[in-house]
Amino acid sequence: MEIIFAGIKQALSLLVSLDPEVMGITWLSLKVSGTATLISLFIGIGIGTAVALTSFPGRQIVVSLINTGMALPPVVVGLFVTIFLWRNGPFGALEILYSPMAIIIAQAIIATPIVMGITLAAMQQLPRKLRLQILALGATRFQMVWLLIKEAKLSLMAAVMAGFGGVISEVGASIMVGGNIKGYTRVLTTATVMETSKGNFDVAIALSVILLILAFAINLVLTRIQQRVRPR
Amino acid sequence: MQKFTKQTLTFFPIFALLILAVVSTANAAPAQPKQKNIILATTTSTQDTGLLDVLIPLFEKKTGYFVKTIAVGSGQAMTMGARGEADVLLVHSQAAEKKFMADGNGVNRRLVMHNDFIIIGPPADPATIRQSKKAAEGFKKIALSSALFVSRGDNSGTNAKEKEIWKAAGIQPEGQKWYQQTGLGMGQTLGVAAEKKGYALADRGTYLAMKKNLGLDILLEGDAVLLNIYHVIEVNHTKWPKVNAAGAKAFADFMVSKQVQGIVKSFGVEKFGSLLFFPDAGKKVEDLGK
Repeated sequence: MEIIFAGIKQALSLLVSLDPEVMGITWLSLKVSGTATLISLFIGIGIGTAVALTSFPGRQIVVSLINTGMALPPVVVGLFVTIFLWRNGPFGALEILYSPMAIIIAQAIIATPIVMGITLAAMQQLPRKLRLQILALGATRFQMVWLLIKEAKLSLMAAVMAGFGGVISEVGASIMVGGNIKGYTRVLTTATVMETSKGNFDVAIALSVILLILAFAINLVLTRIQQRVRPR
Repeated sequence: MQKFTKQTLTFFPIFALLILAVVSTANAAPAQPKQKNIILATTTSTQDTGLLDVLIPLFEKKTGYFVKTIAVGSGQAMTMGARGEADVLLVHSQAAEKKFMADGNGVNRRLVMHNDFIIIGPPADPATIRQSKKAAEGFKKIALSSALFVSRGDNSGTNAKEKEIWKAAGIQPEGQKWYQQTGLGMGQTLGVAAEKKGYALADRGTYLAMKKNLGLDILLEGDAVLLNIYHVIEVNHTKWPKVNAAGAKAFADFMVSKQVQGIVKSFGVEKFGSLLFFPDAGKKVEDLGK
């Protein structure tokens, strides 16, 4: 038990002293997962809304695929992204394996189905008559979609949180495609794994505490936006 | 309109932050010539002991190369090399290395350093291997008394050595109740052995680095078969044209240089109270441990 308190103490001292290595790792985690989430928002909300508002043959299969994608295991994503990015693989010419860009790609692939699935559910929950009403009031198609997205804001913010939470906390893909390279692709989760295997449990706990603080801070901001009283 | 402005004001900082994140990530990878990157596939023990944290920055400062260290088991490191997905290897799995070279996957395999494997276990030593001098005899005793043995089971250099000793002892441990495979790295496997009070084969470096939390003792050491020898191998660039041959050679030369050998010679003394690795550049494998 005392090792946990030692870890928390160490986390605080690392934070207070602004330890440059830990700050670098934390900032990289935030940047990589933030960017991946942003990418997943564009693709996820875009496709999720499109699927929610249209009907086409095979739609149920598409929806099932999206929902399955929400459970995509990060290690599986990591494995496939690694194979695709190998220098002798299909995208080898890009030379981005073992770089922050590779982690962003893998994390975006993990977060996109999560955002897409929640968007889909959120948009379908809106009353169908709302669409007709908006159109009847003379809105263009684009304005209609924009209004619907705004209407589903509460759920869509949940999608953002779920997507970000999914990637900031994953380790399997990050360690495979990033390689946990010191000062370059080492993020909070991969650093935690490494310190644990080194037997530095106090440092590992400190990194975990920092990760939790970071996740809490981000979610606090997002929740504030989500829960703001809507002007009537 | 009022509503729109208010919302924009709240969203703006978040988007600004995210856009900043995108831009600064792009900057994080400086526009260097492509051949500046070297992929070093190595064993976990060189990273977990902290040796590479000392050597890599020195090499980068000296040569301007950027080293991407991928710490995996020796087995995986050699698979990466055999596919041309690494430029240079620092590994410790003799038999597999010889096969790697025979298959034409590497060039210029050079001896860097050694330390030794040790058999560790609970201080009570239920299999009484403490009295044995030979590793194979110790393993036999563990099997006979059905004492728990925790194996890496991950094709790493340590795992390969362990299989070699089981073979010498004439025992087939796989499938036995007392034989458990973790599939994890050395550090985590030692953690499992400590929790379950089992025996394990470990490299001395990782054991010393973790000793404080384990409560496991060295029970058998010093057998010649327990030598743990590290070689540096440049991946064959004629087979894989994308391999950074110049970078690989520079790194391999660096590892056997006087400067590095000097660092290896004193590494760990201060922190762990004993040497973790013995520098061996230029020596012959047959002469080690004498």
